[in-house]
Amino acid sequence: MATEVKNLKELIAPAAYAECEVWVSKYPAERKRSALMGCLAVAQRENGGWLTNELMDAVADYLEVPHIAAYEVASFYSMYKLKPIGKHLVDVCTNISCMLNGSEELMAHVKNKYGIGHGETTADGRLTVRSVECLGACVGAPMCQVDSRDYHEHLTPEKLDALIAGLE
Amino acid sequence: MVNIEIDGVKLEAEPGSMLIEAADKAGIKIPRFCYHKKLSVAANCRMCLVEVAKAPKALPACATPVNEGMVVFTASERARVAQKSVMEFLLINHPLDCPICDQGGECELQDISVGYGKDVSRFTEGKRAVRDKDIGPLVATDMTRCIHCTRCVRFGTEIAGMREMGATGRGEHMEIGTFIEKSVDSEVSGNIIDLCPVGALTSKPFRFSARAWELNQADSVAPHDCLGTNVHVHQRRSQVMRVVPRENEGINEVWISDRDRFAYEALNGKNRLTQPMLKRDGQWVETDWQTALEHVANSLKAIPAEQLGALVSPNATAEEAYLAAKLMRDLGSNNVDHRLRRADVSTQNAEGLFPALGLAIAELENLDACLLVGSNLRKEVPLAALRLRKATRNGKIAVVNPAEFDFNFKIAEHIVADGLNLAAELAGIAKALVTDPAALAADAAEALANVVPTAAQAHAAELLKAGEKKAVILGHLAQNHPAYGQILGLAQLIASLSGASCGVLTEGANSAGATIAGAVPHRAAGGRSLVKPGLAAKDMLSAGLKAFVLMSVEPELDSADGAAALKALNNAEFVVSLSAFNDGAARDYADVLLPVAAFTETSGSFVNVEGLWQSFAAVVPAKGEARPAWKVLRVLGNLLNLKGYDYVSSEDVAAELKALADSATVHAGSIKLAAVNGAGEGLVRLGEVPLYAADALVRRAPALNKTADAATAVAGLAPALAAQLGVADGDKVRVRQGEAQVELPVNVDDRLPAKTVLVSSQAALGSLFGALSVEKA
Repeated sequence: MATEVKNLKELIAPAAYAECEVWVSKYPAERKRSALMGCLAVAQRENGGWLTNELMDAVADYLEVPHIAAYEVASFYSMYKLKPIGKHLVDVCTNISCMLNGSEELMAHVKNKYGIGHGETTADGRLTVRSVECLGACVGAPMCQVDSRDYHEHLTPEKLDALIAGLE
Repeated sequence: MVNIEIDGVKLEAEPGSMLIEAADKAGIKIPRFCYHKKLSVAANCRMCLVEVAKAPKALPACATPVNEGMVVFTASERARVAQKSVMEFLLINHPLDCPICDQGGECELQDISVGYGKDVSRFTEGKRAVRDKDIGPLVATDMTRCIHCTRCVRFGTEIAGMREMGATGRGEHMEIGTFIEKSVDSEVSGNIIDLCPVGALTSKPFRFSARAWELNQADSVAPHDCLGTNVHVHQRRSQVMRVVPRENEGINEVWISDRDRFAYEALNGKNRLTQPMLKRDGQWVETDWQTALEHVANSLKAIPAEQLGALVSPNATAEEAYLAAKLMRDLGSNNVDHRLRRADVSTQNAEGLFPALGLAIAELENLDACLLVGSNLRKEVPLAALRLRKATRNGKIAVVNPAEFDFNFKIAEHIVADGLNLAAELAGIAKALVTDPAALAADAAEALANVVPTAAQAHAAELLKAGEKKAVILGHLAQNHPAYGQILGLAQLIASLSGASCGVLTEGANSAGATIAGAVPHRAAGGRSLVKPGLAAKDMLSAGLKAFVLMSVEPELDSADGAAALKALNNAEFVVSLSAFNDGAARDYADVLLPVAAFTETSGSFVNVEGLWQSFAAVVPAKGEARPAWKVLRVLGNLLNLKGYDYVSSEDVAAELKALADSATVHAGSIKLAAVNGAGEGLVRLGEVPLYAADALVRRAPALNKTADAATAVAGLAPALAAQLGVADGDKVRVRQGEAQVELPVNVDDRLPAKTVLVSSQAALGSLFGALSVEKA
């Protein structure tokens, strides 16, 4: 039976599709698969921060790689999310330097105040928190990364609250 | 060559080869899980760590190239410590469930842990567990047992050309699998069962039915395709429990197709014919052999010889085919044929002693260029597709097909012939290859006179001009095509113009053997010519002969025109069916059912498409009163008072046939070409034979018929045609061919050209490649 496979063009906005084209153009034509990570990131952003199987299939078809190749990459890297997450993502580093400087208290505070632990999302869908490994900012420990972009260092529970409150 | 020393043994090794290869060649055992000689080196299990002099750490033997003067110790203190440490790591997460694991007794992990494992684990934490996914009816999964060797993943990528398994997640959370709930659909998927060194991937049909040490192993040859795949049959208490590959580098390497692996299930089905049966007043009654055979002998004697016909399975052994043909000829009839699906026999006298590939099977992988004509290769001869896939690393493959079939390798030029008109495309390619029109034979010059090659045809010709080793190969769809003579003639012309070999991949396991044995109407055994040739299979059926002898065939499903076959058999005065099965339409049209031994139950020989004779012994006794068909035919010969039916064993029959074959003198003639007509206006049927509907045995194999390749009768319509008829996927259409008509669900199939309708062979319709009409039901 012919199966309905949606192509990437139908699933994401034209501007985002153009971004994928840019990723593809960066590599030799026969090494199209190198654009997999970039295209998955674009697709994830377009879908509110997480990847559906349908999106991964579409990206794989777009790059002419087996579907499983997209699943492998998406499940390997923690930057790709395979389940819906909150509107904002706070990654608290809990590796050695941050741990010594109080990241455990930060996680405990989040649990107390917002009721969520590692990998959980608040009931209102506003916030997801994760404890992650070293983000390479030990000099500012303890630290966190917000929405996979911005670093915030020298955190205390109060500073973290202010930070979270300030998120749109 | 490079001089190395392993464990004190001085060796010569191929430059660039790995230590483990040199050790294997010298018979020095190094433990391993992820290394496999047919797969790329992954070096991820680390079990093959060895000590290399002057190297600071132990090195993996599978990924360390040999070097001049290298001194290696595989069992030194340092090597042993490294190997044992790896073993300890591998066992951390591996469950201790050997007693309930199907792999127990034939498990590489179990074996190696006896040598390298500790009896007590230092690991006291919880073991990880992996949730299983259902990956289809053939392969059972217990991924908790997986040690992440990635052999199954590499097999999919490198050998099968269809990557379905992968490694998802990371670190402790890494899992081998399909990630989503999906079936593994490759037609060679069963090989991952053999590759898996642990009990993570096991055979679903075989599961929990026997332990490895209860099984007896015997050699045999797979009875489904023309390669003559070598297999081991594992039996217990006279029951075939499973079929696994037997290594033969020249044929199947270490692989077998799923069809060869799982078709054995049909042998143990409930519908086996175990007793001779006679139809009396429309009722089937069991009888004894004497009564049944006397009845057959008397009935055959009472019918004029020219009204007798025999249809022989292309999967019958050479001995069976020989005796069936001999019996018919001794009765005075040349009406014997094994080419049931062949619609055009006009060129049979110009063809060679047997239908041949024209090159060694192993040479397929070294081709620089290949033109494949009329073949859905993966679903016809799966292992030939794996060989040809290897050729695409350096070579180029062009295809002329009636539909855009999927291949597991790259196709350099894919020409889809509309309206099944393969000949027109071949004429274009031939024309493009002509450099000196004056050198062409008169008929070829005339046939190509008005042909103008298209760009695609010219490209295909261009591909064939390049390179040294080249072949033109005709598949099943070409051979079953109503214009096969023309296709073959043009293929031979293309081959001679381009310096390629020309050959076929035939249906059945023994088309070559059956042809040599004389199970064809135009030649007796050993290719001897006949004064008055008999009728070919399709002519026997359309002529409405009075009596038919059926040798392990079901003509309603195995013929070029199923409806015509069924009609002929229903109208015949007398039909005797030598069959292993007691079901199907034979119960309606046959008068006598003689139970004969099936695959694994009889000794015999198959001749493969390169002309290699492979003989095998029976592995298990035939069921009930069933007897090997050669014995049945021998006794029938005796009862008919014919001379020369005193064989004691199948070897006697084979010896007689071989002597005839050795002195064979067949002069393959040239085929006279004629101009190719354009495709007709109307709709035509593309009657593909589905992978698991090819013969009586595989049609009855339950697990295979639950796979994605299972034969489901649908009407495949090109999108334009579907739109024109106003139907979509799943709607019903009425398909008519002459008097025959069936209602089928629609499958909109964009691989098809506009005028071609894909209705596979098991639909109760007429000619596989005939005109048909389709209307909305």
